[in-house]
Amino acid sequence: MADDVSHNSRRGLLLVSPPFLTTLVLLAGPLGAIILFSFWTQDYLTLNTDFTIKNYVEAAQDPIYGLLLGRSLLVAGAVTLLTVITAFPVAYFISFHVKPSRKSLWLFLITIPFWTSYLIRVFLWKVVLGFNGVINSGLIEVGIIDAPITFILYNLNAVIITLAHAFAPFAILPIFVALEKIDRALLEASRDLGETRVATFFRVTLPLAMPGLVAATLIVFIPVIGDYITPRLVGGPGGLMIANMIQTQFLKLNNAPMGAALAVISMVAVTVIATLFVWLNRRFLKVRS
Amino acid sequence: MRAYTWAYLIFLYAPIVLLPLFAFNDSTTIAFPLQGFTTKWFVQLPTIPALTSSVWTSVKIASITAVLSTILGVCAARAAVRYRFIGKRPIMGLIMLPLVLPEIIVAVSLLVVFLQLGLSIGSWSVIAGHTLICMPFAISILNSSFQNIDPALEEASLDLGETRVSTFYRVTLPLIWPGLIASLLISFTISLDEFIIAFFLSSTEPTLPVYLWSQLRFPTKLPVVMALGTLLVCLSILLLALAETLRRRGLRKAGQSTEGGFL
Amino acid sequence: MTMISLSGVNKHYDSYHALRNIDLDIEAGEFFSLLGPSGCGKTTLLRTIAGFEDIESGTLKIAGADMAEVPPNRRPTNMVFQSYAIFPHLNVAQNVAFGLRKSDLSKSEQTRVVGEALEMVGLDGFGARAANALSGGQRQRVALARALVLKPKVLLLDEPLSALDKKLREQMQLELRRLQRQVGITFILVTHDQEEALIMSDRIAVMFEGQIAQLADPQTLYRAPASRKVGEFIGTMNVMPVAQNAGNLTIAGLGQVSDPARDTVSHAGIRPETMSILFPGEPDRDRVAAAKIVDRAYYGDMTYYEVGLDGLDNTLTISMKNLMGREILEIGTPVRISWREDALVFFDQ
Repeated sequence: MADDVSHNSRRGLLLVSPPFLTTLVLLAGPLGAIILFSFWTQDYLTLNTDFTIKNYVEAAQDPIYGLLLGRSLLVAGAVTLLTVITAFPVAYFISFHVKPSRKSLWLFLITIPFWTSYLIRVFLWKVVLGFNGVINSGLIEVGIIDAPITFILYNLNAVIITLAHAFAPFAILPIFVALEKIDRALLEASRDLGETRVATFFRVTLPLAMPGLVAATLIVFIPVIGDYITPRLVGGPGGLMIANMIQTQFLKLNNAPMGAALAVISMVAVTVIATLFVWLNRRFLKVRS
Repeated sequence: MRAYTWAYLIFLYAPIVLLPLFAFNDSTTIAFPLQGFTTKWFVQLPTIPALTSSVWTSVKIASITAVLSTILGVCAARAAVRYRFIGKRPIMGLIMLPLVLPEIIVAVSLLVVFLQLGLSIGSWSVIAGHTLICMPFAISILNSSFQNIDPALEEASLDLGETRVSTFYRVTLPLIWPGLIASLLISFTISLDEFIIAFFLSSTEPTLPVYLWSQLRFPTKLPVVMALGTLLVCLSILLLALAETLRRRGLRKAGQSTEGGFL
Repeated sequence: MTMISLSGVNKHYDSYHALRNIDLDIEAGEFFSLLGPSGCGKTTLLRTIAGFEDIESGTLKIAGADMAEVPPNRRPTNMVFQSYAIFPHLNVAQNVAFGLRKSDLSKSEQTRVVGEALEMVGLDGFGARAANALSGGQRQRVALARALVLKPKVLLLDEPLSALDKKLREQMQLELRRLQRQVGITFILVTHDQEEALIMSDRIAVMFEGQIAQLADPQTLYRAPASRKVGEFIGTMNVMPVAQNAGNLTIAGLGQVSDPARDTVSHAGIRPETMSILFPGEPDRDRVAAAKIVDRAYYGDMTYYEVGLDGLDNTLTISMKNLMGREILEIGTPVRISWREDALVFFDQ
């Protein structure tokens, strides 16, 4: 719709303003507020609005915060790696080896478990991995073990398995989309120019699928950092993460400014890592924007 | 690779198949071995007032969220696809930001602001939070709907005597209809399932996930939760199948191939 | 009667000057073409007439009425879009009836009018067909019927044939011409295909860089292009430098001509078909020059020869009909060529 340019621009701005103002009020404002809050202090219910970096100092000094943040990053990293690596062959299979008419059926099959209540899914993993759970009962039944094994529940392993399951579709879909976009003639061209199937995969398919891999990595990594349910349900005391501490500060200890500081710290950590990741990717692959 | 994919599917479905197993299991403990068949957990479902009221709260919140985020999504997607305007990139970037923000951050920042402003939190604040996080999903879906419309179609309508407003109803709306439905369904499902924002921002009226969370601590309540979960899975599959059918019909209408899936 | 009148029309896209001071009158009942390379402003001009583009300065009148504040939906023009813009959610009849909603025709009259329009474009019986079950040619017919059913004063056609294959395109060219004579309204066609413009139009405006370079009927345009650029854009034009001495013009390779010298003339042009190669045994006629075959392209009915002449850097193209018994000359053959002075056009640059 090309009227004259400024006219067009005005109409676009008018149209985008309802969602924009909504985000401004519900996101930009609150994010600003939480940054401000993190420089305040709270004593039970009274809020002290003097500017201080006390919360950040405490976060740096008390090892529990560093431990939780480090663990969150570690879990998120492990989950992302596990999810993306295990998801890639699935996406590849659907894109390259499934008949076009059946592709959406396969995607449908993959997304169904994802639309089941997250809470219930996590709880079910507890059932699968638990003391009287599916794995232990099964293994005892067939006589591989005598007593239930315990290293699979209430620890980081359980957290990682559960999260890898929960975020599988998030990884498969962007990779699949990127693979679908690859012009199949490029692969034939590579073969025609003398490359083997394997070399073609590494020299053509993988670089072209990179945008999907990057998207998958970010889309899994970022929400996992802030996950609350999984560590609480299957993590046990040694599996808690930063989100659990933020929740505790806000709702249990009535120390909102400390919680705010932790939220800001994790936000910054996520942003730095994500930016670094994207930057490294651009640099090493010289992918066109 | 086919075998691997099947194994992966089994991994994806492993916990889900347990749901009906325990939902029909005649035992209060969620563990093997199974004790026998019963439907009593399903029968008990509607007799728990806290549960039914949380279901209604969730449905109410999810419906309003779906409508709001879809309407706002239509505005944003339309603006993004059809218009060039000042600050387009930063504006769209901010709107899509919740997609890459841990939900707990959204939850606590909204909580801080609402409490500081002296507003009493409740269903409305959950709706606000959910609309914020559903909007980027709605926009992604609607973006592709708008992109699939040849701009000449709207011009043709203007040329044939329709106004901008009547063109929207006669041409644009019928063409984005499947995307609109998909956006509503996905926003509804996300809101229905969302826990952390609802946990922080709801007060006396818990949503279904918040209620379930409180029940997970009481082992005797668990079989009922399994029964409820089973129903929810069936409902999700039904809604998803519906959305997928509509999407395909829409693509066929627009004369495109129906290959590929959601998103 | 003047149907469309533009005066002093200007339009910019950011810093690009898309329409430069356009003055143009188009007559009622005329088949008018806007011809030019892509980016010359022809589509912008068409969309300005339709109302999809605002003009910055100047006036646009349709049937005497100023169109400044008139939106596209209230203009007496209808358009056939390049992509045809067939509504995919409506069937053929619904597409054709789209614009009739606001007319005062009853439902049954609408059905009749739609049927007539479909019949006119040769699609009777296609009404219930789904839009996406149509071929390219059929989509174009639907677009035509949909625009014509509203009885516009002016029908605008934006490159309507560019999506069709060659055979179908040639067929539709004749059909469009027939249709225009039948309905008698003004047709304005935008095209980059000079042949198409020549075949179909009463008059043609050739546009370069936002300006009208020449406005004329097809024969004048072809035989007497106003500039070298127009001459080279339409058909093939052999261009040779001209030297002026002692009140005479001398054309490189061809020699002196009887035209008196003019200060501004720098080049002369001649069309390939107005020259001929004299085959062995043919007597000299008109003016004759010695040449040599440099290259040739065989087209079946015609052969295009590239010939080199002494004193001329570029080669000249000469087209010869492949008459019965006429040989195809080999590259390198020395030949005599024949040409006429009255076939020459002179250019300033």
